[in-house]
Amino acid sequence: MELKRLFLKANNELENSGQGGKDRKVTCRKCQKKNTVTKIRNNNFVCPDCGHYFQVRARRRILMLTDRRSFIEMNREMQSVNVLGFPEYDDKLRGAMDKSRENEAVICGEAEIDGHKICIFSMDSNFMMGSMGAVVGEKIASLFEYATLRNLPVLGITVSGGARMQEGMISLMQMSKVSAAVKRHSNSGNLYITLLTNPTTGGVDASFAMLGDITLAEPGARIGFAGPRVIEKSLNRSLPKDFQKAERVLECGFIDAIVTRADQKSYIARLLKIHGM
Amino acid sequence: MFKNTVNVGDDYGIVIEARSDKRLTATDYINSLINDFTEFHGDRLFGDDKAVVAGVGFLGKMPITVIGIEKGKTTESRILHNFGSAHPEGYRKALRLMKQAEKFKRPVLCLVDTAGAFCGIDAEERGQGRAIAENLFEMSDLKTPIISVVIGEGGSGGALALCHSDRIWMLEDAYFSVVSPESCANILWKDPGRAAEVAGALNLTADKLYKLGLIDKICRKNKMKELEDDLKKEFEILRDVRTDELIEARYQKFRKMGYRSY
Repeated sequence: MELKRLFLKANNELENSGQGGKDRKVTCRKCQKKNTVTKIRNNNFVCPDCGHYFQVRARRRILMLTDRRSFIEMNREMQSVNVLGFPEYDDKLRGAMDKSRENEAVICGEAEIDGHKICIFSMDSNFMMGSMGAVVGEKIASLFEYATLRNLPVLGITVSGGARMQEGMISLMQMSKVSAAVKRHSNSGNLYITLLTNPTTGGVDASFAMLGDITLAEPGARIGFAGPRVIEKSLNRSLPKDFQKAERVLECGFIDAIVTRADQKSYIARLLKIHGM
Repeated sequence: MFKNTVNVGDDYGIVIEARSDKRLTATDYINSLINDFTEFHGDRLFGDDKAVVAGVGFLGKMPITVIGIEKGKTTESRILHNFGSAHPEGYRKALRLMKQAEKFKRPVLCLVDTAGAFCGIDAEERGQGRAIAENLFEMSDLKTPIISVVIGEGGSGGALALCHSDRIWMLEDAYFSVVSPESCANILWKDPGRAAEVAGALNLTADKLYKLGLIDKICRKNKMKELEDDLKKEFEILRDVRTDELIEARYQKFRKMGYRSY
């Protein structure tokens, strides 16, 4: 039923090529060198020349980390409503759906990693910067409740600008709602692994992103609560280069390990094995 | 499209008023509500954050733990209390004392008045996000009643970190918002000048949040005796609830906020 959607190409420079026989070239933002989409894709969406990490979309992440055809999506149909009548929000939602070809900023479901059954959620930066409103909160909280009921570990891949302003306090309260669901999952003795990707900030950083039993991050990912520009402005000076970068956050003691894209699946599979999941 | 234009000016007026330095601060509430207040310091991890004033005392005859975010009044004391913007240590001190309250079976009262958690290099590197997350995580099944009262500013995650409670109350002239109207207008339209307009849309006033079912009670301003009586009454009700039921109710309270309720 959900398979059909997998063939729908997302509106992303690294996702919508390879069709029609011509392999497009994409310029790396960091080193400005051009490589074919196929080459970048085969290199786990890492620039073959400079090692720059391209954004990976939520659905692609799941494909990269889980066993082939093991993913079964949950609550896919949920869509946001402009409850507060916030200006321009309806248009933004429609634009985000067109751009991402997704209904919301998170994809949740069940899957297997090297045969280990898990629950997984994966956020999408193409949908309003992965911001968390009522639907994102509901989907993730439901996933944790499902995982608690069935004694399954949860793997969460985060990328988010934080709580979604357009839903006001309803968004903020999702931090509480999800954190409480994580707590119940934890109390029941189940494993929660987070993989923080660029960027994981604001209300997502200050709730479920930072509540994993094991916290992993991608190299160079920005991880923090307050936006760097806000801090820069209030301190009136420029910030250190490594500020809020995964490597620095690890030094500060908030991340267990930084794992490259090529290693992520086997690394997580090993953790699942160690926990007997 | 813009359904909330009616009270736009008023809502922003409430935000401005909530920031006024003439308002009562957490310490004023502690002094009038709590007898024998005894302040405790430090998070046992790094330091003592003076933006958070916390300790124990009596509410009537009931021993209680009180945690307040204090803004200070004079320039000097405002600097001392960091204008009511807590570092991670502040949230960790709050959590330490909540755990202590759980151990000694005291209820917890949180008095919230902050523009937001402090934004700075130190605060980030000592884990501002993690500190707030941990409070939400631990408060969600703290085995003792918690009531939070927003007495002035409820600034985003920094305020929420003390609001994962059985009851969230707000003064009628307080606000609670996911983002400050100025930042919101700046992010959306690069125009902080539209803050007044967006304040209405954010639904940040006590009456709007009550209607949305996100807070439990609107308290009248300048009615300290009334607040004291209401708190006593509510804590007595909560004290009689079995602990597992209390925690289940707290879970359901937040669980229903959002998607399913609209």
